[in-house]
Amino acid sequence: MRERGGRAPLLVLVGALVFLWVPVLVLVGMSFNAAGTPYTWGGATLDWYAALARNEEVLTGLGNTLLVAAGATAGSVILGTPLAIGLHRHLRSGAWEALSLGPAIAPDLVLAIGLLSLFVLSGVTLGLHSVLLGHLVFGTAFVAAIVRTRLGHTDPALEEASRDLGATPLSTFFRITIPSLAPAILAGGLLVFTLSLDEFVIAFFTNGPATPTLPIVIYSMVRFGLTPEINALAAVLLLVTFTVVLAAQRLTGIGGRRRA
Amino acid sequence: MTPGPGAAPVPPTRVRRRRRGSAEGALLAGPGLLYLALFFLVPLAIVLVIAFMDRGRFGGIVWTPSLDNLARALEPVFLSVLIDSVVIAGITTLLALLIGYPAAWAIARIPARWRTLVLLLVVLPFWTSFLIRTYAWIVLLNSQGPLNGLLVGLGLIAEPLSLLYTPGAVVAGLLYAYLPLMILPLYAAIERLDPEIREAAANLGARPWTVFRTVTLPLTLPGVLIGSIFVFVPSLGNFVVPELLGGGKTVMVGNLVRDQFLKARDWPFGATLALVVVALLAILLVLQARASRAVEEGARA
Repeated sequence: MRERGGRAPLLVLVGALVFLWVPVLVLVGMSFNAAGTPYTWGGATLDWYAALARNEEVLTGLGNTLLVAAGATAGSVILGTPLAIGLHRHLRSGAWEALSLGPAIAPDLVLAIGLLSLFVLSGVTLGLHSVLLGHLVFGTAFVAAIVRTRLGHTDPALEEASRDLGATPLSTFFRITIPSLAPAILAGGLLVFTLSLDEFVIAFFTNGPATPTLPIVIYSMVRFGLTPEINALAAVLLLVTFTVVLAAQRLTGIGGRRRA
Repeated sequence: MTPGPGAAPVPPTRVRRRRRGSAEGALLAGPGLLYLALFFLVPLAIVLVIAFMDRGRFGGIVWTPSLDNLARALEPVFLSVLIDSVVIAGITTLLALLIGYPAAWAIARIPARWRTLVLLLVVLPFWTSFLIRTYAWIVLLNSQGPLNGLLVGLGLIAEPLSLLYTPGAVVAGLLYAYLPLMILPLYAAIERLDPEIREAAANLGARPWTVFRTVTLPLTLPGVLIGSIFVFVPSLGNFVVPELLGGGKTVMVGNLVRDQFLKARDWPFGATLALVVVALLAILLVLQARASRAVEEGARA
């Protein structure tokens, strides 16, 4: 049955996609503009990319961010995966559930001021390590949440079979449980990595002045006014995101429908 | 692991298995839960406690309980910021819903082979840097920016409008930042709808608007509520968008909290303001849980 008024939602969708893409594409276009402003076209250039590649602050920030994101990803997977399994198989309790999900829904600002207070009151110096400790909080929660959705679909008979055939619990865990959860662990890890790369609020509050992460560097550049190098950075980050999202889709099959 | 000869009397297997299970559970979940207790619960508890303390003369915290901060948060100056924040976040959520619902509807109706691509197109901008996406609006809304250029070029306006540093710019920035968070849960809810239910209603003579109001909307209400919370929560506590696009003229509660912690060094008052935000959100979450439960029960009946 064809519905009446079927065109209107499609128009809104097209409008929404234009709304979502025009600002990003304007920045990408400007990144090749020699004039360096959005108002006039001064010919095509790659100068802003060269300037970006020479920008010490951006490079240092990028290094710091990658360090934190890598640590947050590894730590969240190590803490979050067993947490999900333990909650799913052994500890069915509302309080533990709430604790494991809480960081995913708590406002980042509240978590950020709480962490800052904790670090300052307990005499922990601020730096990349304190940012990492903060990112591990939401990272663990997200990995645990994603792994749990997968646990509902795994077959416990496989593990029973492994134990019945004489495998130790440890070897069953690493040879059966973890491989069957691998897609969810991978998806969770990628999610934490991308969230950590772009995380600003917690980093802003819990970082020391000597070790800015990339979002903090971008923040100070953006506050300063229009900087053409940001456009080049926007284009580079967009390309990276494209690659990561497409790779994630390929690896995990999330959102992808296999065509026959 | 068979008990050797002379081992203690073997307890009934069921009990033993459960005991081993809980030890295994503690071993698996323990480290993660401990971490979250230490770096999530403790920080929240600290915020809760210092909100009811006094500020020291040179910053810092005086550990004497008081309700002064709460009273101060409700003074007209701060109350008006709180109300503005709720209004701005509310308008953003409403606009996201008005755009997101038809958009999600359309995605659920397009041929399946396009659907993944369109969903990717919705999500991809969301995964690029939040700060850069906000910066893009400084560029777009600038008095010499492309949007003003377009409007002047089309002859719609004679002089460039001051679009940047207005509440409208803040709403645009927040809407841009969080619209995908509205579309995705709505899409999930709409996609699950059984078209036959609507067809049945239509075949029984209901008009399209009646079908939508009495069948479709109630069944997708949980998605509407989740999407609204996904947009409202980060909008309400945001301080980056109001600062960059509101230009200090539109102050939201997030800016106040940030300033109390990093500039005024009045942590207790900053914590109180943050708690007011948390209280507002907690009320919303309870309402959301109630409404979804009502919908589920209604569907079952």
